[in-house]
Amino acid sequence: MGPQHPSTHGVLRLLVSLQGEIVQRLEPHLGYIHRGIERMCEKNTYAQIIHLTDRMDYLSAHMNNEAVCLAVETALEVEVPERVKYIRTIMSELQRLDSHQLWWSSMGMDLGALTTFFYGLRDREYILDIFEETCGGRLLLSYNCPGGVMYDLHPNFQKKVKEFIKYFRKRLPEYDQLLTGNVIFQNRTKGIGILTKEEAINFGVSGPSGRGSGLSCDIRKKSPYSAYPYVQFNEMLEYGCDSLSRYKVRIAEMWESMNIIEQLIDNIPEGPFTAKMKPVIKLPAGEYYQRVETSRGELGVYIISDGNKIPYRVHFRSPNFSNLHALDYMSRGVKIADLVAIGASLDFVIPDIDR
Amino acid sequence: MDNAQLKEVVTRLVPDATFEENKQFLMVTVAPDQLHDLLKNLKENPGTRFDYLYCITGVDLQPNLQMVYHLESTVLGHHIVLKTATSDREKPVLDSVTDLYKGAELNENEIFDLFGIVFRGHPNLRRMFMPDDWNGFPLRKDYVDEINIIDLS
Repeated sequence: MGPQHPSTHGVLRLLVSLQGEIVQRLEPHLGYIHRGIERMCEKNTYAQIIHLTDRMDYLSAHMNNEAVCLAVETALEVEVPERVKYIRTIMSELQRLDSHQLWWSSMGMDLGALTTFFYGLRDREYILDIFEETCGGRLLLSYNCPGGVMYDLHPNFQKKVKEFIKYFRKRLPEYDQLLTGNVIFQNRTKGIGILTKEEAINFGVSGPSGRGSGLSCDIRKKSPYSAYPYVQFNEMLEYGCDSLSRYKVRIAEMWESMNIIEQLIDNIPEGPFTAKMKPVIKLPAGEYYQRVETSRGELGVYIISDGNKIPYRVHFRSPNFSNLHALDYMSRGVKIADLVAIGASLDFVIPDIDR
Repeated sequence: MDNAQLKEVVTRLVPDATFEENKQFLMVTVAPDQLHDLLKNLKENPGTRFDYLYCITGVDLQPNLQMVYHLESTVLGHHIVLKTATSDREKPVLDSVTDLYKGAELNENEIFDLFGIVFRGHPNLRRMFMPDDWNGFPLRKDYVDEINIIDLS
């Protein structure tokens, strides 16, 4: 299956052993979009690395950027202005909404419901317009820089975001009406792709996929960063352990993201949008680890510095890479069409797997 | 458990382990043959219960090839970092931890692919990203590829 199969959302190749239509075992073959980002990081300065991380999980571009920035800031012991924390968190949550909208669109499409794609992309356009106004980019934002963000918010930003939240609060129930309650959809996802909590921990599954198995793994709660300590929000857990549970977690997270944005959007403090940084950033020798919660789970950035302006080694713990490994376990004994449904419920972004 | 208590537990299991501490983690360096047993103990011991191996990294320290394991306990919430290194660059062999943490399987494949470390006991060791007939290990510091890597520095 793959690397050009439409349901693999990119260039993922799965070697599937079948008996009739039943999946016996499965082996992922990767490397079709391997760009050697970790190697490239060893040749570039810290400010340059940030722009490479956009290209890993392109639907969590802002969170990836933020992870590197936070790692660099912790290493240098720089305290970023309050305004930056607020901006970063709002942007992250917008990005999460954007990513979950696209996931919802493509999940419906993988199961044969083409309408979802139009609904999802229609609403996603609003967020991309907001991004475009402030960051210049729609997909790859590159909005963060060590110490803050690249430029200040666009004057329309608050107004546009509030308009969008108001609009999307009306539209999100439509998603439920269209897909969640659908009998065919329920039959295709309920009880399919079981991943117990113990196995989820064992495989290192994180993010919404892990929370669908009742595993409390939200980094925003476990080790809060940026403006997350200031807001009230719930960690969404479902205990069904199947594809439907993972689906429900993501839908619930969209509501929660809107709550977080609403708490912050009116209270963005005035002040500078970046801290004063030296033009050449050199981290003190040592090692630094930063975890953030992206749309798909836990991203870890592990930087080893030898005191130079370029890092000695950078490793990215990518959420999709760990989630992918659980696919073999989850899909044994299901039909090949259900394999597509399970893959959709795990929400893969292949460039993040290959790096 | 805080770092001091963790230190005590590890010292009891592996007396010659060396410790390092930074603001985030307690880091323990052990000999390659002690690593698997230590991990097994730390995972099964009810006081530590490190059940979540969230990050596995290979590092080329020249001349040593180092493995770094970041562990967390999802029940007790504490962290530890284990390190081990081999000085054999020609035929580096380390113990696989796949029997303890299933999630390690693909990660070890990746490290085999990019660093050339062979994992003893790994169920399906293969090149992950590079083609099967690729020469050399791209993340090693002494790797040279004049055709595919453009050196700007």
